[in-house]
Amino acid sequence: MDLDLITNILYATIRTGTPLLLVALGEMVCEKSGVLNLGQEGMMLLGAVAGFIAMYHCDSLFIGFAVAALTGVLISLLFGFIALNLNASQVATGLALTIFGTGLSAFLGADYEGKTVEALPELALGALKDIPLIGKPLFAQDAIVYFSWVLVVVVYLFFKHHRGGLAIRAAGENPEVGSSLGLPVMRIRYLAVMFGGACAGLAGGYLSMAYTPLWTENMTAGRGWIALALVVFASWRIERVMLGAYLFGFASIMHLVAQGLGLSIDSNLLAMLPYVATLVVLVMLSKDKERLKLFEPMSLAKPWHRNN
Amino acid sequence: MMRLEARVQNSPFWTYFSPVLAVILTVITGFFLFAALGQPPVETLYIFFIEPISDWYGLTELIVKTIPILLCAYGLALCFRASIWNIGAEGQLLIGGICATAVAVQFVDSSSFLAMPLTIVAGMIGGMAWAGITAFMKLRLNTNETLVTIMMNYIALNVLLWSVHGPLKDPNGYNFPESALFGESTLLPILVEDTRLHLGLLFVLLAFAATWTFMSKTFAGFQIQVLGLDPSAAKMAGYKQHKLIAMVLLVSGALAGLAGASEVAGPIGQLVPQISPGFGYAAIIVAFLGRLHPVGITLAGLLMGLIYMGGEMAQIEAGLPNSITGIFQGLMLFYLLSCDVIIRYRVRLYRPKFLTPSKISAQIQE
Amino acid sequence: MNKENRVMMKGMTKQYPGCKANDGINLNIKHKEIHALLGENGAGKSTLIKTLYGVVKPDQGEIFWNGRLVDIKDPAAARALGIGMVFQHFSLFETLTITENIALALGEQAGHPNTLARRIKETSERYGMPLSPERRVSSLSTGERQRVEIVRCLLLDIQLLILDEPTSVLTPQEVDQLFKTLRTLKKEGCSVLFISHKLHEVTDICDSATILRAGKVSGHCIPKEETPASIARMMVGDDTPISNETRRAEGSGVFLSVDNLSIKAEAMFDIPLKNINLTVKKGEIVGIAGVAGNGQEELLKALSGEETQKHGNSIKFAQQVVDGMSPLKRRRLGMALVPEDRLGRGAVPTMDLCENTLLTSFDHGLVNRGFLNKNKIVALADKIIAKYKVKTAGNHAHAASLSGGNLQKFIIGREVEQQPKFLLMSHPTWGVDIGAQVAIHKAILNLRDQGCAILIISEDLDELYKVSDRLGAICDGKLSPFLPTDELPLPQLGQWMAGDFADDDTQGVTPSPKGATHS
Repeated sequence: MDLDLITNILYATIRTGTPLLLVALGEMVCEKSGVLNLGQEGMMLLGAVAGFIAMYHCDSLFIGFAVAALTGVLISLLFGFIALNLNASQVATGLALTIFGTGLSAFLGADYEGKTVEALPELALGALKDIPLIGKPLFAQDAIVYFSWVLVVVVYLFFKHHRGGLAIRAAGENPEVGSSLGLPVMRIRYLAVMFGGACAGLAGGYLSMAYTPLWTENMTAGRGWIALALVVFASWRIERVMLGAYLFGFASIMHLVAQGLGLSIDSNLLAMLPYVATLVVLVMLSKDKERLKLFEPMSLAKPWHRNN
Repeated sequence: MMRLEARVQNSPFWTYFSPVLAVILTVITGFFLFAALGQPPVETLYIFFIEPISDWYGLTELIVKTIPILLCAYGLALCFRASIWNIGAEGQLLIGGICATAVAVQFVDSSSFLAMPLTIVAGMIGGMAWAGITAFMKLRLNTNETLVTIMMNYIALNVLLWSVHGPLKDPNGYNFPESALFGESTLLPILVEDTRLHLGLLFVLLAFAATWTFMSKTFAGFQIQVLGLDPSAAKMAGYKQHKLIAMVLLVSGALAGLAGASEVAGPIGQLVPQISPGFGYAAIIVAFLGRLHPVGITLAGLLMGLIYMGGEMAQIEAGLPNSITGIFQGLMLFYLLSCDVIIRYRVRLYRPKFLTPSKISAQIQE
Repeated sequence: MNKENRVMMKGMTKQYPGCKANDGINLNIKHKEIHALLGENGAGKSTLIKTLYGVVKPDQGEIFWNGRLVDIKDPAAARALGIGMVFQHFSLFETLTITENIALALGEQAGHPNTLARRIKETSERYGMPLSPERRVSSLSTGERQRVEIVRCLLLDIQLLILDEPTSVLTPQEVDQLFKTLRTLKKEGCSVLFISHKLHEVTDICDSATILRAGKVSGHCIPKEETPASIARMMVGDDTPISNETRRAEGSGVFLSVDNLSIKAEAMFDIPLKNINLTVKKGEIVGIAGVAGNGQEELLKALSGEETQKHGNSIKFAQQVVDGMSPLKRRRLGMALVPEDRLGRGAVPTMDLCENTLLTSFDHGLVNRGFLNKNKIVALADKIIAKYKVKTAGNHAHAASLSGGNLQKFIIGREVEQQPKFLLMSHPTWGVDIGAQVAIHKAILNLRDQGCAILIISEDLDELYKVSDRLGAICDGKLSPFLPTDELPLPQLGQWMAGDFADDDTQGVTPSPKGATHS
């Protein structure tokens, strides 16, 4: 295996891991506030199709990605209304969101099926991109990849130093206590859900406008679900979310690796790898149920409603 | 503005009426959706919901469509009653279809009376084994069943694609990704001449009777409900939680596998990549819409079958994309979840304070 | 307006679906006084104080603060006035540190974040309840958590401190310390509203008292001039029997024996059990006192089989080793169980009383070859409802619709009707009104007289002294010695609850530092 191949694999790993990183980041924040949104897949698909359509007609990447993120936010509000205001089961509402998003995105995208747009161009950072091995993977990516790194840092600092981060954790641990202390638990949770929606929409947009870049029905292929597993894998810690996203990115490009190694394995079997990897990771993590509970937000997925 | 007040006890009326309301709201939304798409709404609703079943053949087709949905949904209802979030009916159905095909292709030219039963049993075992993996992972390895079953669905889909491109591909099939057509002896017998209504209906009736009896008449069924409503109480009372969970998962897997086998050995007659247009996911909605009760599920399943047929009909007659089916499915579940709030809460609507005339006058008086 | 009063509440009324929690209540608290608010569970105390703290919105009524009419619309408004409150259930986040908790709760009022930790330390020490601000709440004992709550109030210049049943979670020694703090506060000019139903504490520390019954004020008094009996009469009314005679028994023949049971902590917040030795004879009631979170839950689960030890041989039911047995098998050996949580463990909230009868009584002819015998289930449910005087709309009422006391009577009735050989109970009359308490104690004593071995784990010392034949305490996962109840003075039990007892045979067990600090 030569250096070029390794460079390319690293480059592809980061590109493939980026949408996962974005969704998982959003979902992690959402879960820290105590809300489990299983609708990531649906929000991603809607972000992907809406962004794609906007891009297709306006030919502006900025508008495309803005629309993708905004669509994610809007659809997350629907989730918020049913799961938070109406107090429905978060698991069921998330499932409904995925089913609805899958259907609606297919419907909206029916006329765009298989069409392509010009991909988000790469944004090489001067001479840095010429560093051997890591130059291309780290410094010749597109704007969204860099944006995802900035977002990681911002979220990290927010939870580390900002009172808002404390409030989100508090809402996720015990909304009842939070509310009795005067924290606006509902507003905190809504904002977290909306952040999750924006991230998922953006991730979807990344798939349809940068990664592939075309629209096909169901193009997220379970990435929203893998992201959910990723958050558990990361024990709700941001640096691990990043690591996990790239690990899964790597698992998803195994066909490249296999090609590079001159192996011929059925592509349908290789396509299973990310899902199998998810299962393996889930098993490894879940061995110690108690350890997992240590990190899980204590009120995760428990409906809560302020009464009086 | 809106405020929720907890009821002292769940409203029995709304428990049963909330799904009806959800369906009504879905149809109303459909009306506006069609209108927005520039279709004559009433006519399109007619095409969607009435025309498919306006004759005898349409009715039998509805049942054919409903068979796999109901088989999956009865099993899922057991899981959901135990609060086991098995989202994996789709994968279990696919594996059932694959295993059934693996047996069926051995009998392509045979007229053995064992062909059909063996095919069906293979499908059930396949689905059960696939669900068994989830059960094992949940009970022995502590993994969350929701994520596991979802992943298993994607894996099953890839196994299906691999099968039809590889080991189960028809050697005489011009390289199409399909299995050989099943032999006559393997296909499920047709119950009514000139229709596609097949023996699967009998499976549905058996599953209906069995799940109803199990849920309402047996102690094991009661234990499952306790487990679902209140795991601590189940533990306090000493119920065998692992056995109960394994049982509901295996039974629902077997039923989903049966659904898959009935599809490949029924209306399709071979293994193709698209053996299921999301029946396993639709069954989740059906189970909830039917209040996890066999009677409700049966009604909801027929409605879901109708939505599938309506989607096809609307595509043919009104040129609408077939994916409108998915929108209706999602909407219906959203509406159901929203309407269910009335079961537990009284919904009080009130106007924001500054708009209330009485308040204003009261303040003036002060 | 009357300047003499710190707080004057007039005509407070609050209607909840199905019950009028407050019905025209008046409450006056003077400057520099410790005022008691007394009443049974459900008398409306919580609603009243939550109204005062801005958590609950009253339907009617006016609140005067230092003589001025005020509208307390949320807790922040209450704090701004100078009202501090310590809830019965602490408002603390386990995963955050003391400083983070206080910063979050006080918001802007917390002052500059850099100096907060220092001020917490200073204030806590000044009032004799030292705290380390950087510690995580999850590592604190119950008493320490209460200190955090109180310090949080004291950081804001408060004029009124509301304490909701503050002593129910403390050892007698910790109670003394708390009372010292309150007296200091009073001296400095702060008023205290003290909610309790422990009459001897009220007569000990309170200057005046308001007594509530069924949402209305049923009397005022100067506690020092009253007897506990006269106050109790005001609390419960004339038609409820208060006292019941206690009959001690000795029992004969051991049913439950536990020898050197040690269990490691499974989860982060679990308490490891260390070297537990315990016997319960047939026909006797053994009581275990202790402050919550000292291993009671772990001991209960080990005995009930909700947690099993596959290879253990420490626990015996009538000579038979049961360590590895499931709760089901233990039930079949004659065990019955009344857990602490009524709703959500003792009974399924959304199931009706028939189904909740079946929940644990399935071995008593209600199931025939796996099929339910509905007639028998209904008959047994009706029998329990009638015999134990469970007030309910009928056998089809959901468990969640019953009041705490009635549900507890139902659960205890259900377990007693199984004629157990061994009854394991946790906090049997926690949050139950006096009428139901008397009925429950009578049922327990009757069962004992029929030869049942009974073990009661409780925080309520009055109750333990009333019904136990032998009594001991649990602290930090270790059991104290046991003495016949009448030979065990309260101060000694208090010391045991604080972990002050000789460890006779602790070979292989390191002494716990936590137990030592309490003594």
